[in-house]
Amino acid sequence: MSAPYFLEHIWLIPLFPLAGAALMLFFGRRLPKPAISTICVGSVLVSFIYALGAAVTLCSWPAESRSFEKILFQWISAGAYHTSAGLLGHFTADWGFLLDPLSVVMVLIVTGVGLLIHIYSVGYMAHEGGYYRFFGYMNLFMFSMLMLVLANNLLLLFVGWEGVGTCSYLLIGFYFHRKSASDAGKKAFIVNRIGDAGFLLGIFLISATLGTIRFTEIPAALLAGHFAIGAGVLTAATLLLFVGATGKSAQIPLYVWLPDAMEGPTPVSALIHAATMVTAGVYMVVRNNGLFRMAPFTMEVVAVIGAATALYAATMGLVQNDIKKVLAYSTISQLGYMFLACGVGAFAAGIFHVMTHAFFKALLFLGAGSVIHAMSGEQDMRKMGALFRKIPVTYRTMLVATLAIAGMPPLAGFFSKDEILGRTFGVNHLLWFVGWITAGLTAFYMFRLLFLTFHGHSRVSHEAEHHLHESPSTMTVPLMILALLSIVGGWVGIGGRFEKFLDPVVGRGAAVTEGAMAPTTEYTLMLASVIVGLAGIAVAWQMYIRNTALPGRIAASCGALYRLVYNKYYVDEIYDAVFVNRTKDLANTLWAFDAGVIDGAGVNGVGFLTRLIARISMWGDTWIVDGSVRVSSRLVWVLSFPVRLLQTGLLQSYLLVMVVGILGLFGYYIFLFRH
Amino acid sequence: MIPTTHYLYLSLALFTIGIVGVLTRRNVIVMLMSIELILNAVNINLVAFSRAYGAVAGQVFAIFIITDAAAEAAVGLGIILAFFRNRETVLADEMDLLKW
Amino acid sequence: MPLRADMMADLCRIAPELILCVFGILLVALEPFVPSSSKRALGWLAFSGSLVAIASLWIVARHPGPAYGGLIQVDNFSLFFHGIILGSVAVVILGSINYLCEERLQRGEYYALVLFAAAGMGVLAGAGELITSFLGLEMSSISTYILAAFRRDARKSNESALKYFILGSFATAFFLYGIAMTYGATGTTRFTGIAQALSISGPTLLAVLGLGMMLVGLGFKVVIAPFQIYAPDVYEGAPTPVTALLASAPKVAAFALMLRIFYVAFGPVQHIWFWAIWISAVLTMCAGNFAALLQTNVKRMLAYSSIAHAGYILVAFAASTELGIAAVLFYLAAYALMKIGAFTVITHVGGRGERHLELSDYAGLAKKQPAIAACFTLFLLSLLGLPATGGFMGKFYAFQAGLDSRIIWLVVIAALNSIVGAYYYLRVILTMYFREPAGESGPDAGLGSEIEWMPQPVAASIWVVLIIAALGTLYLGIFPSRVMEFALRSAASLR
Repeated sequence: MSAPYFLEHIWLIPLFPLAGAALMLFFGRRLPKPAISTICVGSVLVSFIYALGAAVTLCSWPAESRSFEKILFQWISAGAYHTSAGLLGHFTADWGFLLDPLSVVMVLIVTGVGLLIHIYSVGYMAHEGGYYRFFGYMNLFMFSMLMLVLANNLLLLFVGWEGVGTCSYLLIGFYFHRKSASDAGKKAFIVNRIGDAGFLLGIFLISATLGTIRFTEIPAALLAGHFAIGAGVLTAATLLLFVGATGKSAQIPLYVWLPDAMEGPTPVSALIHAATMVTAGVYMVVRNNGLFRMAPFTMEVVAVIGAATALYAATMGLVQNDIKKVLAYSTISQLGYMFLACGVGAFAAGIFHVMTHAFFKALLFLGAGSVIHAMSGEQDMRKMGALFRKIPVTYRTMLVATLAIAGMPPLAGFFSKDEILGRTFGVNHLLWFVGWITAGLTAFYMFRLLFLTFHGHSRVSHEAEHHLHESPSTMTVPLMILALLSIVGGWVGIGGRFEKFLDPVVGRGAAVTEGAMAPTTEYTLMLASVIVGLAGIAVAWQMYIRNTALPGRIAASCGALYRLVYNKYYVDEIYDAVFVNRTKDLANTLWAFDAGVIDGAGVNGVGFLTRLIARISMWGDTWIVDGSVRVSSRLVWVLSFPVRLLQTGLLQSYLLVMVVGILGLFGYYIFLFRH
Repeated sequence: MIPTTHYLYLSLALFTIGIVGVLTRRNVIVMLMSIELILNAVNINLVAFSRAYGAVAGQVFAIFIITDAAAEAAVGLGIILAFFRNRETVLADEMDLLKW
Repeated sequence: MPLRADMMADLCRIAPELILCVFGILLVALEPFVPSSSKRALGWLAFSGSLVAIASLWIVARHPGPAYGGLIQVDNFSLFFHGIILGSVAVVILGSINYLCEERLQRGEYYALVLFAAAGMGVLAGAGELITSFLGLEMSSISTYILAAFRRDARKSNESALKYFILGSFATAFFLYGIAMTYGATGTTRFTGIAQALSISGPTLLAVLGLGMMLVGLGFKVVIAPFQIYAPDVYEGAPTPVTALLASAPKVAAFALMLRIFYVAFGPVQHIWFWAIWISAVLTMCAGNFAALLQTNVKRMLAYSSIAHAGYILVAFAASTELGIAAVLFYLAAYALMKIGAFTVITHVGGRGERHLELSDYAGLAKKQPAIAACFTLFLLSLLGLPATGGFMGKFYAFQAGLDSRIIWLVVIAALNSIVGAYYYLRVILTMYFREPAGESGPDAGLGSEIEWMPQPVAASIWVVLIIAALGTLYLGIFPSRVMEFALRSAASLR
């Protein structure tokens, strides 16, 4: 018996972009630009069609049997072993694809929004160098992202996870001749590696505990293992997974890479750093909702981190002057909402917000790209103003997106944000309050962006004024489609239809009944969030349209606070200081040990020591004098130097190390036999 | 008859002399000679144990080691010679091109 | 004629070593009669010799069991190691041919020494008792001392060989003293005999100290802390193809011996050596990774990376289970492939006289020779441990084995270390793809004083090596199950 065509060939969905990427890698340099655009956009279009076909087929099945697994071939298998929970595990991982309502939503978002952004890029990148390289990387990203959302086990998901990370890194550093761009790429990669380490350990722990990493088998294993709710090992595993999610989805404390990532081309920011990749963390948490539900402590952590990030990032968004930086902080803040939703058990609401956010945030980024394009590369909002007549299409679509993110009914953002806030209210009033305040701040800074860019009087330089033009239709058509989606996208959630669709995957945990509330409360909450949104808009209007001197005066009157927020709470600097000081102590201890041993043995003593001390003091000089070196290079230096000190190149010091090693071993053995 | 432990003490003394020699002498040739001392310490050990157990394996092993030491010395002196031709020194602390 | 049949069977069991030695002697004998213009042919002769040795593994596989009364042991374990060692040696010979022409060092002795070293390693992989293993160890060591010195006129090569020789003989002396102590404690040099004696007497101090002494010699060969200290200097100074050899085959063979000594001979006293291995693993990983961070010489950086990888292998080693042994075997196979590939790229880019070893020489390589850069990227990513490469699967099995045996902290340290490793591997990739070559964009480029350096065209033999290594790395990454199954069977045959 074989499944319908589109399901049987589900593996083709990621394969098309991979083929596109491979073509670009091998032949891209020799192809003319139209051919490149056709291949790359075409491959995404075909996979969108296949995704649509698969989605329609799956949705025609009855609701309770909407799950399809296609295993291409076995990838890894290890022998049977007993897990710590006493289950008989037989570890396998396949190249297998899983299609259920959750992955249907994600695949449609990724291919659909991805397609629009690809079309947009054709116009945006038309005058840039490295055209084929850009599209090759974009296609490679699409492949990895699709593997991520279609994977049927954690390890394959991790392959996609690493893949999107690598592509993100390559695309952030796309303008590699700018040092800031390649630094930002490096920062993104290193911060993400911290998260990835946690994720990988989480996967190991799960396979060691449950004996399987296949999503469809985990629920059964959870049942068979008779785990208590809140079992320590499950809490540990889910916390480790969440560490991975904080890295990829830019949550506290690993959010620092995302603002810097805006160094990449704008379509990249839209695709990777707004619509798809950064939501992978949310997807992963929802995908493992069965595990997370068993670990209430982790859920609390997720909710608190989410709410805190939402508020914290929103405050930083208030004062940024770079148009893309505002959007970056806004993305972090919105991701915080999604984790808040997961943390309170409203997994479906989290995915709902992933979807609406993909529409309006992609639109905002693409609109910002269109503005930057029109302004010949200027990103500082203080040098814009009164653009709405010059680039009307961009303006109108941006207005729609801004209203949507501010949560104005009946646009998409209203429904998803309201769903999250409503469910949060049912669990914890304080978290709801944080989310509510954030909604107001969001409306404020987004309209600040809109007013500064499009309204008021023009602060555009003469040169830029000269070149002002509306973008070509390859760029404006995707904008209009996304604007339409930002309006109607939320309507699928009316009456809980979206939630019902996801039911087979996320189920209805206890939280639902807990969170259920009287209709009056629900309407009151809705009204409250609309009011706070309107208030934010009004304040923005007051400050940036009517009384433009006001912001300056406020900034001057609370200077310290303003500086604190403007400098992003000095978090980058704090990370510097903390890492640097700790590792410095470590290095000093190591050095003391070396010096002691070598001196004590009295070999090559004086000369060696002199050189050692000279080197150390030189090193100290570097430390004290050169206080402004970037953290990564300092960290490297501190970690590496003590080890290199041992590598003197002198034969006899090498011999000494070996003898010290054997003496240590002997000491240990003799100690062992004495006791 | 001399007890086995006495041989072992002799061997240990030779072994220690060898190690101290390798660690403290600057001349590479003297270091090589010190390593030969360690190998001879091993030989004494093996022969002593062989006698104690009344088995021949240890003595056979000692002959293997003597052969091997000769091969090692030949190769080692060749390398030292090549080094000396290029650098005109055989002092261990003057080998400092490769470090860090 | 039962006696003759026995002799034939024994000869069959050491067929690869015999073949290698015969070819080695043939090479030395032919060398004076080959005109210097066609010395290259000697390389191909040596290569075919190693291929014949690989083919002879089919004969060996037909005759499992002990040879020469237990001096040599033929089982799945020794077959697996023979496969890795002979494969590595064949590929290294192929990678040397062009290098030796460039350096004007094309001589038969080089290939003969490689083959003798390979024979020694083969003996190591199959050794069933301590005297045989000592002979195998010395056979491979002495040959490689000479190989390290093969660029006689290069000062770095001399220094490298001299350091290697002194430190190596020192370590061997310790190894021998350890053998003598073990012999004294147990009265035998057979691995099985030692195990029997130990399980009767329990761990005696003399035997355990003997094991500690042997660990010096073994640790030196497999490059683990604190006996790893020589490796960066030696690897940097030796001719690059020799470095490729040093970093792969002898290390693999020494791990075979180490597994036999620790698991078979000293298996009954596992709890005694566990912590020594644990600590050594941590030190090895940290020493390798941290020192590599600041390194700008790519060849030396990869030497440090070899040290770090020995540390990851020790994680699986410490697991003390069959899965752990299998993970060691799998890791070694993946490791040998990617390391030989990486050093072959360095051989190629280094050019005549090995002048281009610095990181800055790799700037813009992706534009000059994209295929070479792509291969190097693959090997580096595999060393880093990105999924779908052999390096990832190796780490995966190793960590899995560690977690299975509940040595969780060691696995955590290893995972953190692999993050540190990302820094320096990525730096090379970044330089190849994103950095403009020096001299082109410099402020005084207009003066014409700087001529941009181009790597020489890629020789066919180098291509073959790179393709074999790259395909192998990908194969182990994507379809690891078959190799892993064989590794599991080999691990089972050890016990």
